[in-house]
Amino acid sequence: MDYVGKSHIRVDAYGKVTGKAKYTADLCPKNALVAKVLHSTIANGEVVDIDISEAKKVPGVVGVFTCFDVPDIEFPTAGHPYNLDPSHLDPADRKLLNKRVRLYGDDVAAVVAEDEVAAVQALKKIKVTYNEFKPYVTARASMQDEAPVLHPNISKSNCFSHISFKSSNDFNYDEAKKKAIEKYGEDNLVEVCANIKTPLISHCHIELPVSYAYVDTNGKVTVVSSTQIPHICRRVVAHALGLPWGKVRVIKPYIGGGFGNKQDVLYEPLCAWLSTQVGGRPVFLEISREETIVGTRTRHPMDGDVRGLITKDGKYVARELVNYVQNGGYAGHGASITAKCTGIFKNIYKDELGVNSEAYTVYTNAPTSAAMRAYGVPQACSFSEFLTDDLCFKAGLDPVKFRLENCADENSITGDQKFYTYGLKKCIEEGAKHIKWDEKRKAYQNQTGNIRRGVGMGIFIYQTAVWPISEEISAIRMVLNQDGSIQVQSGATEIGQGADTVWTQMSAEATGISFDKIYVMSTQDTDLTPFDFGAFGSRQSYVVGFAIKTCGELLKKKIIDRAVDLELTKGKKADELDIKNNNVVDKSGATVVSVGDVAMNSLYSQTKAEHIVAECTKQTLTNTFASGCTFVDIEVDMALGKIKINDIINVHDSGTVLNPALASAQVHGGMSMSLGYGLSEELLIDEKTGKPLNDNLLDYKIPTAMDAPDYSVAFIDMKDPTGGFGNKALGEPPAITASAAIRNAVLNATGVSFYQLPLTSQRLVAGFKEKGLID
Amino acid sequence: MFDIKSVYEASSVSDAVNHLKQDEDAIVVCGGTDVLIRVREGKDAGKALVSVHNLAEIKGITMDSNENIIIGAGTCFYNITNNDIIKANLLSLGEACDTVGGPQIRQTGTIGGNICNGATSADSASTMRALDAEIVCVGPNGERTVPISEWYTGPGKTVRDRCEVVTKFIIKKENYKGYFGYYSKYGKRNAMEIATLGCSVLVKLSGDKSTIEDVKIAYGVAAPVPSRAPSAESFAKGKSISDENMYIEFGKKALSDMNPRDSWRASKEFREQLIKELATRSLKEAVRRAGGKI
Repeated sequence: MDYVGKSHIRVDAYGKVTGKAKYTADLCPKNALVAKVLHSTIANGEVVDIDISEAKKVPGVVGVFTCFDVPDIEFPTAGHPYNLDPSHLDPADRKLLNKRVRLYGDDVAAVVAEDEVAAVQALKKIKVTYNEFKPYVTARASMQDEAPVLHPNISKSNCFSHISFKSSNDFNYDEAKKKAIEKYGEDNLVEVCANIKTPLISHCHIELPVSYAYVDTNGKVTVVSSTQIPHICRRVVAHALGLPWGKVRVIKPYIGGGFGNKQDVLYEPLCAWLSTQVGGRPVFLEISREETIVGTRTRHPMDGDVRGLITKDGKYVARELVNYVQNGGYAGHGASITAKCTGIFKNIYKDELGVNSEAYTVYTNAPTSAAMRAYGVPQACSFSEFLTDDLCFKAGLDPVKFRLENCADENSITGDQKFYTYGLKKCIEEGAKHIKWDEKRKAYQNQTGNIRRGVGMGIFIYQTAVWPISEEISAIRMVLNQDGSIQVQSGATEIGQGADTVWTQMSAEATGISFDKIYVMSTQDTDLTPFDFGAFGSRQSYVVGFAIKTCGELLKKKIIDRAVDLELTKGKKADELDIKNNNVVDKSGATVVSVGDVAMNSLYSQTKAEHIVAECTKQTLTNTFASGCTFVDIEVDMALGKIKINDIINVHDSGTVLNPALASAQVHGGMSMSLGYGLSEELLIDEKTGKPLNDNLLDYKIPTAMDAPDYSVAFIDMKDPTGGFGNKALGEPPAITASAAIRNAVLNATGVSFYQLPLTSQRLVAGFKEKGLID
Repeated sequence: MFDIKSVYEASSVSDAVNHLKQDEDAIVVCGGTDVLIRVREGKDAGKALVSVHNLAEIKGITMDSNENIIIGAGTCFYNITNNDIIKANLLSLGEACDTVGGPQIRQTGTIGGNICNGATSADSASTMRALDAEIVCVGPNGERTVPISEWYTGPGKTVRDRCEVVTKFIIKKENYKGYFGYYSKYGKRNAMEIATLGCSVLVKLSGDKSTIEDVKIAYGVAAPVPSRAPSAESFAKGKSISDENMYIEFGKKALSDMNPRDSWRASKEFREQLIKELATRSLKEAVRRAGGKI
């Protein structure tokens, strides 16, 4: 390939580094009104009354709106593709502003004012009377009979989903254990049972959720938003406001990160509605970091009971996960994240007698959890990888050898989603080699003293895109300019991951038009750009890749056909011609005519003029698994509970690497996120009041540049037969395994198993004290 | 957009004091790295800011004829860390200032603000406490000097009147000469961090560098205000530096002087562990810096 697989510089690099690139807030008209939202100061209850009389008197206030004023429409927020089967639609469980308060910080009123200061001053003067109930924050607490049901229209109990994925319908862990004892004898088996907890965390994208809305001269309710999913956003805004879908237009400029948080439709519907309430004037609504951490979306905290049984010679016999998933006040993505977690736990290892992976997803009085990079799989791999290393530790087995014997292989996952190419074992071997696994495992035996060193690892498997759980479709339009350059339009979004650059590479590959003559439109506009669901599920490069390939070939054919038709090819027929490096060429590679000349002659022909454009829609009906691992070498200062990372590597099996420099950057970012997940990030909620304790970036500990070790990255580059360009998932997988690998390295270093992330110093010190390793 | 009533750029310290006096809503601002956060949070919304940010008279570091070191209250952390007088005489204070926030904060935030903010977690505070710094303020009634031991009255509270401007800090010769210091900041991450515990030790060794002649230890966050650990100080005086147990015992004695709180930021038990461990480690480092061979 000429363009794909090369480290092209990002097409938006200079614009973003110099500050030229425009984001939503940069584009907002100067005369826009400013909206601010009033949040509940209780976690569970009902708004009985709101007194806005004083608020309305604040100079500059244009309007004050409460949960008693909004349309009586409940809408879903998830950025999932629509489904014609009503039973597959996301729960419609909230209004623009809510009378029924389900979490601390729920949206109960909004102010529109001439400026932010007036809006904030007015918020302070709104008096809300609540009927308050006791909050139930965690999944297990909220499942108790005494807990008030939060969404009676959606589910009779707070547990709105219970799923169980089993190796076979009749699998039962206890029965399997009995069978195993009969077969191997109790002495030849090792079992571990543990309760594992993962934290509530925030995405921490730099750009806050921001939008502005106005009613355009043609009557369209127009929303400019920092969203990952413009076409879905249009549908949800229309639903929430009770408008026909075509009456809403969504425009998405550059985005300063999303990581899944902007795969929910958050404040766009409210912003749009507020504009309709003030005569269609532009209304700007940007929420603060504190509001973002509490009131948008988070990663699901999961509380899982795991059991695992292996033979002493290293074979997985049976596993079980019973998982209690805290979903927070609203459904967000419903139980689909739980389902992904549950499926990955089931499939990541091969169990001789089987596996049961089971979960309860529960509405609770906590921040809503929904999509976050890797969608339930960091939790799945915490369960699977902690368990596996504990079993190896107890049986005295080597975790690398054990995984090579027992991990998912090319044939172990069957159905619509499977490995079309398989590189997991190669990844493990590569990672072990890099970290010098055998040598270090030996060197780190029998350590004494306060500082202990250890190596650890973790593996993952991950689907590419969302088929067949949801539909997969992408449309592309290519427009030829007079000089032989093209515009490429897509509904898929650049959210910082490098999509525009990779689309440029793919388009060049598919059309024969060079990289520098391809202009990918970065802005998505539902009135202009073709349809696509947007950035999520590690789907875009895969799904859009098919569409670009098809559309590029179509454009190429149109250009060649036009050249022949216009007698520009010196008598050569279409099947003798191709396009290379901006020229129509013959079989020998000799230039016949330039693409620019074809464009000019086509557009300005006195009798046969035609504007050359190509457009296509591709539906994707495959889903190939990616996989990989993290290996890490750490040092633990036990008396202070500090972990220092000496070396860390992620190895990825992601098919063809489309742009190695961008791919490595993607992996660095993911590893850094997983490091935060493993060591420091945790949003704390007071269980008595439901109030968040650390809703800001001082108290919520995202790692800084000073905390980041040097990251090593390797790829097992293998062309996948299903991908448009041989590629598989890479957007989310880097964020999965570093945390588990670090936890397992602590076990190797100290012999102590920790079961709750993050591994804060306080937890480590308490654990080492309990085991008598420190005074 | 900040909710600020007005901003006045003072032309001198006395001009600032006059303006503070004239308006009950007026508060003094210098670097703004604490004040603007409080304005944003709404705690100081609607205040009239009187800025001493541009006053040269409260910036800079000098040594007087008695070898006392004078630190202007408006000196930013970065300029303290990189000052030659500080590097040569008060290294651990410079290092403590270099642990505040991130580079942008250290270029803007000042030591005066750090001490006036009254926070027990202020990174410069424990070292200033160990150095027995004197705080000079100018107010409507003229100038006064307050020893740092009498400065703090509670969490976030000091004896400073709203209309007073802190102009400088004096570090007396006898409180630094011959001492070597070490500041340990324990945070949950390596930058942009508020201390979970700060521990500053100053040590002076005997002529033959075998025993501890004097030691001062002060903590941030081990108590509601920056605090010294007198039992640890008196215990270590005269002890041999080569006795490993002495360092451990020093930590235990320090702990006996402190009464840390239990909160969601850190448990009492964990804070106690840090109090002991950081005392031990900081003393060792300070002794090494003083030329002691442990």
